[in-house]
Amino acid sequence: MDLKKIRADFPMFENNPELIYLDNAATTFKPWPVIRKLEEFYTLKSVNIHRGEYDLSFKVSEEYDQTREKVADFLNCQSREVVFTYGASASLNLVAFGYGRKILKPGDVILTTEAEHASGILPWFKVAEMTGATIRYIPQGSDGQIDLKDYEACLDKKVKVVAIAQVSNVLGYHLPIQEMAALAHQVGAVISVDGAQSVPHMKTDFLGWDLDFLSFSSHKMCGPGGVGVLAGKYELLQKTDPYFYGGGANARFYVDGSIELQEVPLRFETGTPPIGEVLALGAAVDYLSDLGMDNIQKAEYELRQYAGAKLAALDNVIFYNPNAQAGILTFNVKGVFSQDAASYLNTRHIAVRSGNHCAKILDQIIGVGDTVRASLYFYNTKEEIDRFIEAVADTSLKSSLDFLF
Amino acid sequence: MSDILKDPEIMRQIIMDHYQYPHHHHLKEGDDVLSKHMSSASCIDDITVQLVLADDVISEVRFDGVGCAISTASTSIMTELLTGKTVDQAKDIIAQFFAMVDERDYDEEKLEEAVVFCNVSKQAARIKCATIGWQAVTEMLEEADEKGK
Repeated sequence: MDLKKIRADFPMFENNPELIYLDNAATTFKPWPVIRKLEEFYTLKSVNIHRGEYDLSFKVSEEYDQTREKVADFLNCQSREVVFTYGASASLNLVAFGYGRKILKPGDVILTTEAEHASGILPWFKVAEMTGATIRYIPQGSDGQIDLKDYEACLDKKVKVVAIAQVSNVLGYHLPIQEMAALAHQVGAVISVDGAQSVPHMKTDFLGWDLDFLSFSSHKMCGPGGVGVLAGKYELLQKTDPYFYGGGANARFYVDGSIELQEVPLRFETGTPPIGEVLALGAAVDYLSDLGMDNIQKAEYELRQYAGAKLAALDNVIFYNPNAQAGILTFNVKGVFSQDAASYLNTRHIAVRSGNHCAKILDQIIGVGDTVRASLYFYNTKEEIDRFIEAVADTSLKSSLDFLF
Repeated sequence: MSDILKDPEIMRQIIMDHYQYPHHHHLKEGDDVLSKHMSSASCIDDITVQLVLADDVISEVRFDGVGCAISTASTSIMTELLTGKTVDQAKDIIAQFFAMVDERDYDEEKLEEAVVFCNVSKQAARIKCATIGWQAVTEMLEEADEKGK
């Protein structure tokens, strides 16, 4: 990968020459093709879809539908299995409330982990409360890793849903999601995968891995905000209720209150969708596909190894996930609260995240609630890592107060 | 100008001492204790501040919880400053502190050690850390006023 060329595609770098951006698990920068696609939509063809008889609407509808096919190719699923949502959180809520709430009975079990992002687990807390189902947690090692045997031991006939992130946004381990799906299916459970931290960073094989539901956001993969995807097996989407009802979701409705729903997946896309953003997500998919997802994963892994070795060598650092595969490095500086450390790094123009990263029950696993997280993407460089490591080495309680004087 | 403000190393040491050995850093139970839990999604700090009012005087200020160096030190300094003050004096001191943080005119003498945070607005994201404990006391005093009416 030609990093110089790649970075020239992202205006954020030119416009923020000092900034070292290591918060890519939160959101990512956008390349020109994505920005231009938004501009193209809003300046040349800013009309609604699936409604108008006029040429422009027909043209935009066609491009919208083609984007669905593009996303399906990217995930390896059918285009009728791709639902455009407002983001990963909306997708995860649709699975929980549209599918889980419908099928779960008292005594059924939702199997998950204590490392889940709030958006992956809170919908299930609520659905469990509504249906009388219970939540069960897969045991995790002290480093947060999951042993497939422990997972298997948690599976029984009561488990109807496995809700799990393929890559935790705090720990960064890759779960063996294909094996986990197969084991879930053996007991008759469906698997709902939070792909927010995996789909942007590696090749996805929805069909090959035999997933049931997969949720992710556009903005974490170089696309615009406000749009996400739920991929779902067609027969499961047919059993799923829309989360929102209204225009676009129905084919007909009658005075007696009966509704004929639109076909899948259109029935889930109530109201006018963020059309320009969906088209720009298509541009992001093209951009990533041109680079190659395998190349992206390889480059990120190499950079992670480079950063991890340097981080592990620092005496003042506790490094929680040295063996993880994803570009997520979670650590603390000894004697410095995570927010103070991140605040110091900010004075060195380094953007990282501090806190509990929305995984508020993870502290029971790794023994600490608050950490600093540096998260990489394919456009980060070794030079940026070097400057980051230098700044972490200089981080102390004393230096974290420098900004006050 | 307050002597503290003349020496950055003294200011730094005051903050580090209050962070590493915070004052009045344990909660108590009792019918006379007012409590306020402060936490938010945007900020990591998760602290509880307590007040004991005896007639018109703040006889105790306490706090506990998880917080960064700025919030812990600032709240610790505040507990020292407000203990033994009348409610009106406390409100005035708090108003001076918020004025300082907002870069308005304020009375240094009334803030004593709390002047170490005079530059906190240089990093806007940290203003909330420096004021979280002070905000808790403000809200408790307002609630006490409401009840007294």
